Amino acid sequence: MQNNLIYRIPVLGRLSESNLSLFAGLLAALLTTGFAIWFLKAENEYVIGFLLALAVAVTLGVSRLGGLGYVGRAFSDHEKLMNGAAVCGVLALAAVFREDHFTLLMIAIVLLYMLAGLGLTIQFGYLGLVNLSGASFLGVGAYTSAVLLAHTAVPPLLVLVIGGVMSALVGCLLVLPVLRTKGHYSAVVTIAFAILFMSFLQVNDTLGGPQGLATGEMALFGWGFNTGIELENGFYGSFYLNYLLLALALLVIAFALVKRLERSWIGLSMDAVRLDETAAACYGLSIARWKVVGFTLGNFLIGMAGALYAMMLGFIAPANFSFGDSLILVSIVLLGGIGNPWGLAVAAAIVVILPEKLQMIQEYRFLLFAGLVVLVLLFRPDGLLPRGMRNYIPGGGARS
Amino acid sequence: MSASDVLLSCEGVTRRFGGLVALDHLDLEVKRGDILGFLGPNGSGKTTFFNVLTGIYDFSDGQAHFAGENISKHSAQAVYRAGIARTFQRSRMCLSLSLFDNIMVGNHKHLNLGLGFNLFRRGAFARDLEQRYEQARDLVRAFSPNLADRMSEAVGGFPMLDRRRIEICRALISQPKLLLLDEPSAGMTHEETHQLMGDILSVREHTPELSIIIIEHEMSVMERITDHCAVLNFGKKICEGTYQDVVNNPQVREAYLGIE
Repeated sequence: MQNNLIYRIPVLGRLSESNLSLFAGLLAALLTTGFAIWFLKAENEYVIGFLLALAVAVTLGVSRLGGLGYVGRAFSDHEKLMNGAAVCGVLALAAVFREDHFTLLMIAIVLLYMLAGLGLTIQFGYLGLVNLSGASFLGVGAYTSAVLLAHTAVPPLLVLVIGGVMSALVGCLLVLPVLRTKGHYSAVVTIAFAILFMSFLQVNDTLGGPQGLATGEMALFGWGFNTGIELENGFYGSFYLNYLLLALALLVIAFALVKRLERSWIGLSMDAVRLDETAAACYGLSIARWKVVGFTLGNFLIGMAGALYAMMLGFIAPANFSFGDSLILVSIVLLGGIGNPWGLAVAAAIVVILPEKLQMIQEYRFLLFAGLVVLVLLFRPDGLLPRGMRNYIPGGGARS
Repeated sequence: MSASDVLLSCEGVTRRFGGLVALDHLDLEVKRGDILGFLGPNGSGKTTFFNVLTGIYDFSDGQAHFAGENISKHSAQAVYRAGIARTFQRSRMCLSLSLFDNIMVGNHKHLNLGLGFNLFRRGAFARDLEQRYEQARDLVRAFSPNLADRMSEAVGGFPMLDRRRIEICRALISQPKLLLLDEPSAGMTHEETHQLMGDILSVREHTPELSIIIIEHEMSVMERITDHCAVLNFGKKICEGTYQDVVNNPQVREAYLGIE
């Protein structure tokens, strides 16, 4: 690694290139957090419009000046610190909005969509299996948690895991026809499943039919999540804060595992299967094995996100898991940058928060996202934050 | 000659696509350390033979024994594990992956693919990676010292000659007993082809046990590197022998040039 380039910066004195990138990365994290707070607090639509324009202008400007390269290097060279900074950013948002139910709910939904997006990243980004029934697998997890919490005494934390397992099992059935398809035709199989699942929910009276089901709350060690936090010193936190923190914890674990998966021989195998099945088979890779493993792992993450989503909302109905929601999940992966977990953060924030803040576009949001996806595919075909080269050992070594 | 010198023996290998007989009762033997040239006009069944042998297509009839093992029912994966590695006519590389990644695709039979090892035993993984990286770089360096310094670059950025070299390295990293080269000179200039053949000959010097079957249209290449040649026409073997025997054979001249 070349650290011998030294820069002089008026206030900071001499900085090596590596430290400069770290500085740029931390600054970017700080500014993003500050911007997010400002944006989430804004009520007036003109202010929101101004902030959006500001964000686009600053990003383009910094990118022109080459500053984004440093931020990118910060994420590759100082990965642990930058991961920590991102988590601190979310915690800062949670602290600032601790009493604001709606904002906390939005942030928690962003985190859960990211968790589901990680599942899709394994399927779509690494294996090339287009899954257009993401919301259905979210639904499998959600309904599993609703039923288990209502009729059994299974501890809610275990319900999250069972939600993931159920979703993975349903995926194991669906993977049989998927294995018989090549290329993007898995999309057709999963669309069929999404429609089937929706009809199943709507006619099934045990699961509440079109009206849906009430869901029990999350609880840890006998402490129910649906009560807000009140401390003696006057601190009050909305009950959504509990869900947000748990979603963040799950996301951090899943994120680390997906990153490790990508940076391993398994990630390499999955990429090889996606890029050329015939060549992969001639080098001993079992195509079916990796498709099953990847599809199952992905659905597990999606199902787990669904289980927590249901507990947090307290009420679920088939309309929460429509084909449109599946499209939203896929558009998050496409917008963010196929195969790059960090891209999910940016895209999920845009896709979830923007329509809520700009109520006037709420009705047109599908139109807006479709337009956005088309624009991104035209001008940045690899997404807003394209996936980089595989770096097996973060921070360098012989391979950076 | 003793039987153990024969690495690959094919008897009556046949492949039919509906009514079309792409390979018609082909008999072939390859000895250890041999370089066999495969000649024949377009559509004569050369690539089909590779595809049948490597398990991409099923055998319609006949069988093949490789190192004492009957491989006619093997899947592509099993053929690779038995020790046959190949390159493709239309170079099939993962263009968006790095040079190192592409070579490691070829080393799958030696990789530990367990979830526990890859996700949780990261220290052991890092040591394994280090060792495999050195091994891959040594192999690449033998072809081109320049390439060995560019292990983490995407293969899509390399010219055709280097891609072919990388593709051959991908085939060689698993230390196969038999290497199948399907028109390695396709899409390259004369000079590049010459360099690549030099590389292949030097590989052979380092690993005298390695047998190679090469499909090629460049006759000068065949003359330079093969020990003997076989000529196919309409799926049938019409001639076998040394390069000189083959090019002087009237049937071969007829197949290539038509009747005078």
